[in-house]
Amino acid sequence: MTLELKKIIEAMLFAAERPLTAKEMRAIFAEASDEEQPGAVEPFRNVREAQIVAALEELKVELETQPRAFQLVEIAGGWRLISRGEYAPWLKKLLDEARPHRLSQPSLETLSIIALRQPISRADIAAIRGVEVDGVIKTLLERDLITIVGRNNKVLGRPLLYGTTQRFLEHFGLRSLDDVPKAAELRLQAAALRTAEQKVEEETTHEGTETRDPAQSN
Amino acid sequence: MESDYKVKLEVFEGPLDLLLYLIKKEEVDIYDIPIERITTQYMEYLSLMQLLNLEVAGEFLVMAATLMYIKSRMLLPADQQVTDAEAEEGEDPRWELIRQLVEYKKFKETAVQLGQREEEQANRFTRAGDSGITVDMKEAPLAEVSIFDLIAAFNEVLKKASARDDFHEIYEERFTVSDKIEEILYTMRDHSEIRFMELFMETASRAEVVVTFLALLELIRLKRLRVLQTEAFGEIHVVKVT
Repeated sequence: MTLELKKIIEAMLFAAERPLTAKEMRAIFAEASDEEQPGAVEPFRNVREAQIVAALEELKVELETQPRAFQLVEIAGGWRLISRGEYAPWLKKLLDEARPHRLSQPSLETLSIIALRQPISRADIAAIRGVEVDGVIKTLLERDLITIVGRNNKVLGRPLLYGTTQRFLEHFGLRSLDDVPKAAELRLQAAALRTAEQKVEEETTHEGTETRDPAQSN
Repeated sequence: MESDYKVKLEVFEGPLDLLLYLIKKEEVDIYDIPIERITTQYMEYLSLMQLLNLEVAGEFLVMAATLMYIKSRMLLPADQQVTDAEAEEGEDPRWELIRQLVEYKKFKETAVQLGQREEEQANRFTRAGDSGITVDMKEAPLAEVSIFDLIAAFNEVLKKASARDDFHEIYEERFTVSDKIEEILYTMRDHSEIRFMELFMETASRAEVVVTFLALLELIRLKRLRVLQTEAFGEIHVVKVT
């Protein structure tokens, strides 16, 4: 049964135009069993998410070891088939459409800040970067990499708050926000700062652990 | 100098970028910034940017004031600097700035790594064919240059030109940015790439150096030329955009 399940999953991934989650797949198995003639679909009616994940892992290894021209990767919380880098020269020709340009350094910096400190206002982003970010924010919104997630009602002017989108994760091939480089460290700092601001008298364990970067690392 | 032609180069990089640049260039410890030295350097870059009429964001001036303030506080004798027990007051006056710089530096590193991931992803295609990214340079072994690298290089040329100025006082300065733009493009008609310094080989006076540099900035802004570097603080190359 595992073998069969794996093949069905492979077919789904092949046809999908977005990352699929194990949960979605489970729902599809259930729906298919309701709607189709019993028979081939029936054995998969109650397939569990854990089984699907196991099959995905197995498929992933299989594609790696054979190896195929494409891989199975976890992106933006789901699974997706994606071609290997070495075929880029031909695929680029094949799919030559007007696609947006790569992001500028200011855009990447702003995205990094939003990704790890969301929800965050423009003013707070500007405070970290030391420069205005209005233009950059506009570009990122247009490219659907960030979105407005609310307003900060506690602050005068109720500034808009920004967060990253699903598209952001897909764009960079990230599984989740935890995958953003230095995520743990930079989130921790924010948490430590908040603790300090609230003047909580308890010990802040992270503060002392901050490693000293040699000034010219990079 | 004909300064009616204003170059509107948006300086995306802010005062923190300039400080990090100086810290790296001077090879000093970010946790123990020699505030006097860095302040002097900072002011020098600031005045160069103003000399070039670059649109210097107000934040640069705010930072200049902050640096001056820290410098003045550091000048207080040790016994007047309140010590650890008394919270805020006793802090090293540099601390807030250092904290900000360190945090920003980390975000910059995150950004660089995200950029690398983006580049990797640009070569990976999915069913819908949307890697969503265009790789517009086939291969770019050279790193892009920051505005501060350019200003540093410009400063070098300017110093040399100032030394020569005595001998060239008699020349009437008739150069305009538009003329220089034409001249640079002409110089580059047979070359896809030249060294930054080569642009200034024929320049005689300070004013001409400034105008030539402004022309270069304008050509970069117009995306006719790109500037690249093989290593940090290395020689700058000017490359034609085809």
